[in-house]
Amino acid sequence: MRFAFTDEQLELAAAVRDLLAKECPPDVVRAAWSNADGRANQVWSALAEMGALAVMSDEARGGFGMTEVDLVLLLEESGRCALPEPIVDTALVAAPEGWVDGDASACVISPESPFGVWADTATVIVSIAADGVRVVPRSEAGLTARDSVDGARRLFSVELPEVAPVAPVAAAARVFRRGALGTAAQLVGLADRMVSMTVEYAREREQFGVKIGTFQAVKHHLANARTALEFARPLVYRAAATMSTDDPDAATHVSMAKVRAGDAAAQASRVALQCHGAIGYTTEYDLHLFMKRAWALERAWGDTSWHRRAVGRAIL
Amino acid sequence: MAAGPPYNLTPRQVDCSTLARLVPMDLTFSPAEETFRAEVRAWLATNVADPPLPSGDTAEGFAAHLEWERKLFDARYAVVSWPAEFGGRDASLWEWLIFEEEYWLAGAPQRVTQNGIFLLAPTIFEFGTPDQQQRILRSMASGAQTWCQGWSEPNAGSDLAGITSRAVRDDAGGGWRITGQKTWTTRGAFCTHLFGLFKTDLDAPRHNGMTYLLVDLAQPGITVRPVERLDGDDGFAEVFFDDAFVPDDMVLGGVNEGWSIAMATTGSERGLTLRSPGRFLATARRLIDLAREQVAVADTATRDRIVDAWIDAEAYRWQTFATVTDIVDGKAAGAASSMVKLFWSELDVRLHEIALDLLGPHAELVDGELAAWMKGYQFALSGPIYAGTNEIQRNVVAERVLGLPRR
Repeated sequence: MRFAFTDEQLELAAAVRDLLAKECPPDVVRAAWSNADGRANQVWSALAEMGALAVMSDEARGGFGMTEVDLVLLLEESGRCALPEPIVDTALVAAPEGWVDGDASACVISPESPFGVWADTATVIVSIAADGVRVVPRSEAGLTARDSVDGARRLFSVELPEVAPVAPVAAAARVFRRGALGTAAQLVGLADRMVSMTVEYAREREQFGVKIGTFQAVKHHLANARTALEFARPLVYRAAATMSTDDPDAATHVSMAKVRAGDAAAQASRVALQCHGAIGYTTEYDLHLFMKRAWALERAWGDTSWHRRAVGRAIL
Repeated sequence: MAAGPPYNLTPRQVDCSTLARLVPMDLTFSPAEETFRAEVRAWLATNVADPPLPSGDTAEGFAAHLEWERKLFDARYAVVSWPAEFGGRDASLWEWLIFEEEYWLAGAPQRVTQNGIFLLAPTIFEFGTPDQQQRILRSMASGAQTWCQGWSEPNAGSDLAGITSRAVRDDAGGGWRITGQKTWTTRGAFCTHLFGLFKTDLDAPRHNGMTYLLVDLAQPGITVRPVERLDGDDGFAEVFFDDAFVPDDMVLGGVNEGWSIAMATTGSERGLTLRSPGRFLATARRLIDLAREQVAVADTATRDRIVDAWIDAEAYRWQTFATVTDIVDGKAAGAASSMVKLFWSELDVRLHEIALDLLGPHAELVDGELAAWMKGYQFALSGPIYAGTNEIQRNVVAERVLGLPRR
């Protein structure tokens, strides 16, 4: 038993964290709300250049042939900065199957996540269905724009031509699990970010002549949110590990991870907003960028109830 | 209240290997560990009493539990992680966790020796003299000596540093004379010995001037009054000291250094040594078994609550595995034990609440085999209170994990 990342994996995550801290600060996320495509192209290029998008791609296709365990921390970092890019759809779902490579991006839809995110700039649309997976060039898809609460997430209703699945049912299940796992990792990163920024705020903000972080009411909110995160994270890492070894229970593990990561992010956003007070209720302040991403991801790739029921079918 | 070492381990369990961090994540136990698990499981299957023993928090139940402890000790299962010379097996932390999982899954008895073997013993391993280790550890492991914890006093609960029980120097006798009162002392009415803090320098600042004493309860000057707990057992006691004697060789650590030594024990109490994940996994499995027998489980809301409790039991298991991997790597986990205590204590209450809801009108029965759930519920309710209330733990998490200002 060894439930930890290697130094190499931690170093890679730290490198991505540094890159994203520099290239994807809140201003960049905010800019994605109002730019043409909702994305941060320079960050995407940088991630592609450092190989982050090809971690799980076949070595024959220029990838690294690594596993979910190698990628999960990077996805957590992408959540921490609310990266406005389809990194889960691309690096964890499409690239390992060889449906995209290089700096091409994928947009994945499924009955549980029917809106295509950043579909208009994707190279391919991947559709996960009960009978398998279809992969269609974006130019062949009919896209109708929809507005997301998270202004960076450009959503589209997608109409696909009648084509046969390129991958069988088993692959559909696998890639769906991967998407849910990646989303759980992002939710953990988002929760961590919201707790951290609220701690920073509570250490500075004064009322009644003292820092508000001295009040037990504030402390206990944040302690609860931090504790929820502490126990969500290992479920995400465990799911990554059992996915990487094709454990027959991996689907249940992913669902457990998605439930707890979603709950932790939901709790973190409530606590963050409450402890910030009115400033957190403005869009001038950065909190909403993270909060709204969390709201969206909680319900993406199977919402918390969907995954809770899936666990229930496995254990009850 | 304050954080000690995260989990108290005997030093031999820590293997500071930097090479380990190059080894990829591996969620399987080794063949040797699986063999150990099978041995433990087989032994428990043969030896665990059915029907269960009466509550160990009553006089007659305590005696029955001491027989069980002796049986465990003779089979070298009482303290698997301890060195062989003290009755253990030199088991690794992983093996200890495996033992705990199997122990609770088998429905084996509560450990009436727990406050000795899990709370005092790590402190004796760390701070005790070789002579103290020889005299106390084996006797404690076999149940020949039974230890209760003397922390709380009538006016010092969460505010442990506010104790007033004192020890005065007795040079002629070669020891200390103690006066005062401890309270809410678990199994104090049945134990032979008490460990606790006593003021030895009344002029010292709040956290100084306390000494960690090991007290023989069978002596003049000590009065023990059993106190009935919420569940009806005499599980608590008030212990009165009126010039009772503690010889010098029963002082643990330095005189006036008791606070920092005691903090090592409270860290252990909150953390995994006292409440390993195996307990809650076993309770969660029993809950699932109960649910499967009930028609009502078709009810979605109830199913969801059971699923959430199961996920939390799993989360605690994996959070522990991460922590143990860190410990094996030589990394300290710090104040995280406060989050652990918050988590398991609330999970335990929730597991029992769900079971009582499944039982409906049968929940109130305290006879018959389902009574264990109401009994367990009442015990679980103590979790958010003992070992530092959860409100105190939240302060610790806020101040030491998150870095929020104390004042």
